[in-house]
Amino acid sequence: MHSFICDGSMEGVLTAVFEYFERHGKNSPDAAVLHTPSSWVPDAFSAPVHVHSDAVKAARVWKGLGQRLDRAWLRRVFCCYLSEQPEALMQLFSFCNYVFLGGAPDNYGNAHVQAVASVARSVEREKHRMEAFIRFEELEDGLFYAAADPDFNVLPLIAKHFRDRFADQQWLIYDRRRQYGLHFKAGQLEEITLETAPLRQTPAALLDEKEALYAQLWKDYFKSTNIPSRKNMKLHIQHVPKRYWKYLTEKLPS
Amino acid sequence: MSDRIREKLNILADAAKYDVSCSSSGGTRKNDNGGLGNSHASGICHTYTEDGRCVSLLKILLTNHCIFDCAFCVSRKSNDIKRAAFTVQEVVSLTMNFYRRNYIEGLFLSSGIFKNADFTMERLLLVVKKLRLEERFNGYIHLKTIPGADPALLQEAGLYADRMSINLEMPTEASLKLLAPEKSHEDVKKPLALIQAGISQFSDERRLIKATPKFVPAGQSTQMVVGATPDSDKDIMFTANSFYKNYGLKRVYYSGYIPISHDSRMPVIGTKPPLLRENRLYQADWLMRFYGFDVAEIVNDQFPHLDEELDPKLSWALRNLEHFPVDINTAPYRMIVRVPGIGVASAQKIVQARKSGKLHVFQLKKIGIAYNKARYFIRCADSPQVFGDFHASQIKGYVLASGRSKYMRQAANQLNLF
Repeated sequence: MHSFICDGSMEGVLTAVFEYFERHGKNSPDAAVLHTPSSWVPDAFSAPVHVHSDAVKAARVWKGLGQRLDRAWLRRVFCCYLSEQPEALMQLFSFCNYVFLGGAPDNYGNAHVQAVASVARSVEREKHRMEAFIRFEELEDGLFYAAADPDFNVLPLIAKHFRDRFADQQWLIYDRRRQYGLHFKAGQLEEITLETAPLRQTPAALLDEKEALYAQLWKDYFKSTNIPSRKNMKLHIQHVPKRYWKYLTEKLPS
Repeated sequence: MSDRIREKLNILADAAKYDVSCSSSGGTRKNDNGGLGNSHASGICHTYTEDGRCVSLLKILLTNHCIFDCAFCVSRKSNDIKRAAFTVQEVVSLTMNFYRRNYIEGLFLSSGIFKNADFTMERLLLVVKKLRLEERFNGYIHLKTIPGADPALLQEAGLYADRMSINLEMPTEASLKLLAPEKSHEDVKKPLALIQAGISQFSDERRLIKATPKFVPAGQSTQMVVGATPDSDKDIMFTANSFYKNYGLKRVYYSGYIPISHDSRMPVIGTKPPLLRENRLYQADWLMRFYGFDVAEIVNDQFPHLDEELDPKLSWALRNLEHFPVDINTAPYRMIVRVPGIGVASAQKIVQARKSGKLHVFQLKKIGIAYNKARYFIRCADSPQVFGDFHASQIKGYVLASGRSKYMRQAANQLNLF
């Protein structure tokens, strides 16, 4: 068993794939695993290979993947990376090796294919949830602001959706866990980091005067559209898990 | 001012909530005029109410004043409730401001009939035109077709709405006549056919001229109330099937009746809504639309009711054991998708995966099939040898014992003893 250790970036994972084939070639596929420094536990029997991220090598591997995978699978690879989980990167590395050795990506009987597909699915679900659960508040200067705390790093995936949808307003979605946000103004989308981390709840003094009314109307609507005789809290919580409630206008106390 | 609008919203959202249609999918509107909003192909549910239903559109009535007296409807003329009406501008500002805050995908606008059908339809049309033309709103709009309105008004509405719908209300003509003598299924069929003709005409033209405007791009839908009258599941599914076939409907919704009046023709107030039955009807509907089942395979004269204990696919399989076991590694897709416990996504993965080698049980489990259900109906590379065939009642017993239905604890229509 050969071990590779990379820094956990996309470039790092792709470089590791390059290093693996450079060392072992396509003819003698030995089992190998990828670690990040945090997931690596040293043992007495093998010396790990430390991978230094290399843009050129990574680009070659990415190009090679592009020739073997369709767009849907390339997106799954990217999603898998955005999950930021060491096990996911491990599976991604093995999946890439499997593909370069001629494996079919749609072979769902293969453990690596299955793992990458299922991690990608979780990331896509989180992306979809963010498209649904982002709640903007209008600030007094006209900026529509939303704080978020997604399980995975999905801001790159939701950027296009929000840019197309809210093309005529100025908005900011800020990932409080990863300390960066997407800011959109007059057709320009940019990634920004605020100097002081924003609070979970925006102080009322900063809000536009109409904001309280519309937030209240939305809470009212949420209540009146419910049918009490069909109450089903289990289903409710399954669809809107509690960890999202802290940013949902309709779930905040009046 | 703000108190008045709050009260109106409470009344008119409350009156609209019994219409279960919530979908915001199938829209194709792109934000190409620099305005607000674009459609999301699969739709987005922005939140869920405590009853577990999705909220994706601002679902309101323009008014709950109504000249009709349909027994099953909260807004019926004879019901003593608070009445209210929105102005056009109020609906427009609510929609725009909710949409800007990412609360909703768009607007679902329905209305009680005040004065007459044309007058009502004109008001609905004013709202959608203002949203589309003045506010450059590209979000989703679901508009109710008012039966009996001038065809010219319906045609015009189709140019601005993404989806239009008219409710059948009751599964059979006889039940409708019983509860709403002023209405008939014929009144629904005519406008459905009119819009359907518009949809196919515009899509023909689009093939030649790309700039043809959109006409109800997300199609039409309808709704039936279930459990208010003694119609069988067969009546319901056959009606649904004929509307899917004849009017190209995107969806038929089944709404479990929630008792709202003391009318002696219907279940008394306090009766639990038939949630399990509603669930089974949706499952049967899916079998028709996505699993290649014919409606007569699911319900027929011999089996006019869906089994409440078993899902409709499993009960079909138990009645037709001669089709099983299905060999996962060789059977065609249409048979694999008929196996209880295997859904469309898993069936597609199976068909892809078996190209790279024979599939085993552990792989099928990983792919995500419900193996506890499917095991009695499939063979794969390492299926255990079974001597003799199981009897349908044996399999039913095993399946019921291995899983616990989420409905078991509070079966519909069952009173709690403690």
